[in-house]
Amino acid sequence: MVEIAPDTDTAVRGIAAGSTVLIGGFGPAGQPYALIDALRRVGTGDLTVVNNNAGNGSTGLAALLATGQVRKIICSFPRQVDSYVFEELYAEGRIELEVAPQGNLAERIRAAGAGIGAFYTPTGAGTMLAEGKEARVIDGRAHVLEYPIHADVALIRAHTADEAGNLVYRKTGRNFGPIMATAARLTIAEVTRVVPVGTLDPETVVTPGIYVDRVVVTA
Amino acid sequence: MIEHPAPLTRVELARLVARDIPPNSYVNLGIGQPTAVADHLDPAHGVVLHTENGMLGMGPHAHGDDVDPDLLNAGKTPVTELPGASYFDHAQSFAMMRGGHLDVCVLGAFQVAGDGTLANWHTGAPDAIPAVGGAMDLAVGAKDVFVMMTLFDKTGAPKLVRECTYPVTGLRCVSRVYTDQAVFHLDGDRVLVTETYGTTMSELSARLDVPLTTAP
Repeated sequence: MVEIAPDTDTAVRGIAAGSTVLIGGFGPAGQPYALIDALRRVGTGDLTVVNNNAGNGSTGLAALLATGQVRKIICSFPRQVDSYVFEELYAEGRIELEVAPQGNLAERIRAAGAGIGAFYTPTGAGTMLAEGKEARVIDGRAHVLEYPIHADVALIRAHTADEAGNLVYRKTGRNFGPIMATAARLTIAEVTRVVPVGTLDPETVVTPGIYVDRVVVTA
Repeated sequence: MIEHPAPLTRVELARLVARDIPPNSYVNLGIGQPTAVADHLDPAHGVVLHTENGMLGMGPHAHGDDVDPDLLNAGKTPVTELPGASYFDHAQSFAMMRGGHLDVCVLGAFQVAGDGTLANWHTGAPDAIPAVGGAMDLAVGAKDVFVMMTLFDKTGAPKLVRECTYPVTGLRCVSRVYTDQAVFHLDGDRVLVTETYGTTMSELSARLDVPLTTAP
């Protein structure tokens, strides 16, 4: 059953050093700022973080990177106008970077949650991001073998949860949330409100509560 | 082939690309110059814009009270939602691309090879941070990949080349190249010049290391 945590510190308890942490969000939209801040306060280190980007400005994911808690980041687009925190760490050799095409990143997360062992995709075939990976021609087209990204923890932001952990999202804040929720052993969602069971229309639930372990209400 | 007297400005180039996007098509406009194509699409043509972060039916940029932190485009700029819009997660957004459901995507480029191979994500410079985003997925997934770029770089070197020297984004994926000086249709074997702007076929043939064919 899902736990409705009283605060974010309680919500993030028990995350071990060395964990792989999926963090939702595409830029600021859907980024679980309160959970990231709590993980930063707890100080858990040696983390591998998976996000589309590598932090913007000096808040949220960027602030977590700045503490040195993150050993490695897996993302599609680390270089942005305001990704100065990551750029400095990277230039100093203090963070490891794995760049993945965005759709492969998403599908690797989806595959982990769906029990898929690996998959062939045309995306990236013949490019330097496919170097060292198994390649195969399928129907006359070059493909590359990609493996799932299994995680210890997922930190996501949704709009509303019910007491069963069912989640609905809001607009483009949805992005990686639904797939990340499925791919981690411990999924923690921050939401704007929790409503009683039976309040959400079952037809509109995006993430069923089976995937969600802890929920916390944040501003 | 049509010869026009003057090269295209950036605005004229965006308008030209918009002209060639079929009515009622599903389209992804890449970050940067391609974004400007949206300004020239006729709303009556019913083109539906896709944004990689999980939306179909994206509207114009949001201003003032319309800004919503949960409603951003691929460049993380606040946008609006049009009637008939839909939202979906990232896996579905990229399945939509990879699965060949988008009719057209428009991308910028460092280089395009005559066979349609695209280089647009990384300069390969040792100190450059590699950042690919959705470029490789769009390149292999959209039914038609349009590139818009200047035909020559700042040093005067052609960007339509025999073979890409920059790291490639996708193999043999570009179908059209729109530049300030000419429009090229690529069918995998031949490079057809359909229109020129402020230049001639003989000038283009002299400056480009790619065999050119004149479209009938």
